[in-house]
Amino acid sequence: MRIRKILTLALAMMLVLGLVAGCAQSSATTTAAAGETTTAAAAETTTAAAAPAEKIKVGVIYISPKNDGGWSQAHADGFAAAVAAVGADKIDLKEIENVNDADAQQTETALNQLVADGCQIVFATSFGYMETTAKVASENPDVKFEHCSGYMSADNFANYFAQIEQPRFLAGIVAGRMTKSNTIGYVAAMQIPEVYRGINAFTLGVRSVNPDAVVKVTWTNTWFNPQLEKEAAISLIDSGADVLAQHQDSTAVQQAAQEKGVFGIGYDNPMYSEAIKDAYLTAPVFKWGAYYEQRLAAMLDSSWTTGAYWGGMNDGVVALDTMTALVPADVQTEVNALVDTMKAKGNDFVFAGPINDNTGAERVAAGSSLSADDQFAMDWFVEGVVEAK
Amino acid sequence: MDISLMIALFVASAVRMAVPLLLGTLGESLTERAGNLNLGVEGLMMMGAATGFIAAYHTDNIALAILVGMLGSGFGALLYAILTITFRTKQDVTGLALTIFGTGFANTLGKSLANQNTPPAIREFAQATPLHLPLEPVASLPVLGPVLAFIDTAFLQHNWFVYLTFAAAVVGWIYLFRTREGLHLRMVGENPAAADASGIRVIAAKYVHVVIGGILCGLGGVYISVVNVGTYLENIVAGRGWIVVALVIFIRWDPLKAIAGSLLFGALEIVGFRIQHIEGLSSIPVFSQYAIDMYPYLMTIIVLVITYARKKAYQGPAALGVPYFREDR
Repeated sequence: MRIRKILTLALAMMLVLGLVAGCAQSSATTTAAAGETTTAAAAETTTAAAAPAEKIKVGVIYISPKNDGGWSQAHADGFAAAVAAVGADKIDLKEIENVNDADAQQTETALNQLVADGCQIVFATSFGYMETTAKVASENPDVKFEHCSGYMSADNFANYFAQIEQPRFLAGIVAGRMTKSNTIGYVAAMQIPEVYRGINAFTLGVRSVNPDAVVKVTWTNTWFNPQLEKEAAISLIDSGADVLAQHQDSTAVQQAAQEKGVFGIGYDNPMYSEAIKDAYLTAPVFKWGAYYEQRLAAMLDSSWTTGAYWGGMNDGVVALDTMTALVPADVQTEVNALVDTMKAKGNDFVFAGPINDNTGAERVAAGSSLSADDQFAMDWFVEGVVEAK
Repeated sequence: MDISLMIALFVASAVRMAVPLLLGTLGESLTERAGNLNLGVEGLMMMGAATGFIAAYHTDNIALAILVGMLGSGFGALLYAILTITFRTKQDVTGLALTIFGTGFANTLGKSLANQNTPPAIREFAQATPLHLPLEPVASLPVLGPVLAFIDTAFLQHNWFVYLTFAAAVVGWIYLFRTREGLHLRMVGENPAAADASGIRVIAAKYVHVVIGGILCGLGGVYISVVNVGTYLENIVAGRGWIVVALVIFIRWDPLKAIAGSLLFGALEIVGFRIQHIEGLSSIPVFSQYAIDMYPYLMTIIVLVITYARKKAYQGPAALGVPYFREDR
């Protein structure tokens, strides 16, 4: 009987272990980070005499794993690049992955952990962290906080986002030039302004070079469901699309394009791989390194101030991924020729009037362009988008 | 587009969506027929998806990928079996723990391979259509031509994995209702004490079917990561394990009905996209994606209500969820 009890306990422990590994992977990472802190602290005491310059401790929380190939990876790569640029000996980066942004308690724990670890600045890289980060920021006035894609701010709490619409527009030009059927498919996620903005910028790009082309939009109503995204892509191909674009992070759409012999335009990160080599054209990508480098440098020379940053291609925080050899040279030239204009004019160029919506009503008059507020609240489609509500 | 082609393409898509649901449903039906309610389907599918993908990535051999995926999910099911059968822990709680364990296990193992693609030979297997008909000679025939074209597009442009899955459902039905072992299994699920008294090895039967059931669930995961999407990502199963739990009730623990049930649930997952492309139809509220997402669960509830109202209908294994303890009698 005793053996039986011990065995039960052992098996139960295994399941609990799994629980720790799965549910709270973030806390596992935290422990690892905390471990590093102790060694780092130990190292500091020994080297303090030799090198008085202290490292800036920078905390980051991610919604998913750093190598998710999408949103979080774009941020993680950005931090890696920024740290390399300002000097790895000056920055002590503490990252926590898999912090659920729908779980305020988990978010708060992670943020407080980073503050307790001595971070002087903490970056929260998902929209859902906003309110919790604002709260923790108000409780820790000596620590700086930055939040990506939100709108709240305070003296020690900045927000930042990037104008991905600009490379989206350029990707649209590529799609408009590459389509033979004049039907372009777009696998969209949720019906929120950010997604509408992306589709509209892309479509405006398409129509700027090919007014006959239409962009068919399919909603999956999920942020993450690769099998479903792939089927959504196939449904678009079946309905005549020969170039696909996407909003979700996974490469499922690109794989559908590869299998069915059509072209694909990715998102978030450069997606090229051997497995999608006959489909992948390019992708609008985030290059957060440019922004993070600025902010870390500001921390180092104590010039950090709060603010609301919304940068574009001019700052290098967004770009169009290198076009693959599938894109003809003349199209590449055409797109590259626009980069300077885009850098100079930004979203005013993307959303320059006249713009009609897809019911025919005029939304932006000729000679003006869509205001930032209207961009943030976008819930309509430009002319050329075929969609079903 | 031609309407029959449109429907055929829709059916083909539904078939692909049905595969992981069907494998999970077969597995969970066997498990529940043995009297064990395993709520760990999602975890088992994740374990299969991760371990199978790791083998696929490193060996580029589909057979090995499937085998390793079976071992991975079999391990998870064995843990569940030991806990619930030998130690008679609460089945629902243990199953939920298995979901969390399996997801954590998969995410830990698969972390380094996240977002990688399957190698060439596996991709070739996944894209092969071995039963595809050469239709050129008959394409011009009046009735036969279009009918064959429809069948070909809808059902014959899939890979072996898909066909074997549907074959497994038929085999599962024959096993359950036309063999002695199947009869014994059903007896174990209905009345383990009576089964025990008649000489059936109850504990052994439970172990075997819980583990095989778990392996079938795991194969559903292998299909998603290795065969269908061709990428491993964290939580790639995306909740299908829970659809399976509802689907098993919907199909009344019957593998043949599971074919129809998983096709229906699979179709409901993707019907929204297809309807979005048909003018007019998609503006009707009942066809909105949000409504469609709700239908599988709504139908399960309706089936539950109907079967409980009809006294003669099969209500599921009588000893489901009850741990068997010989000395209890």
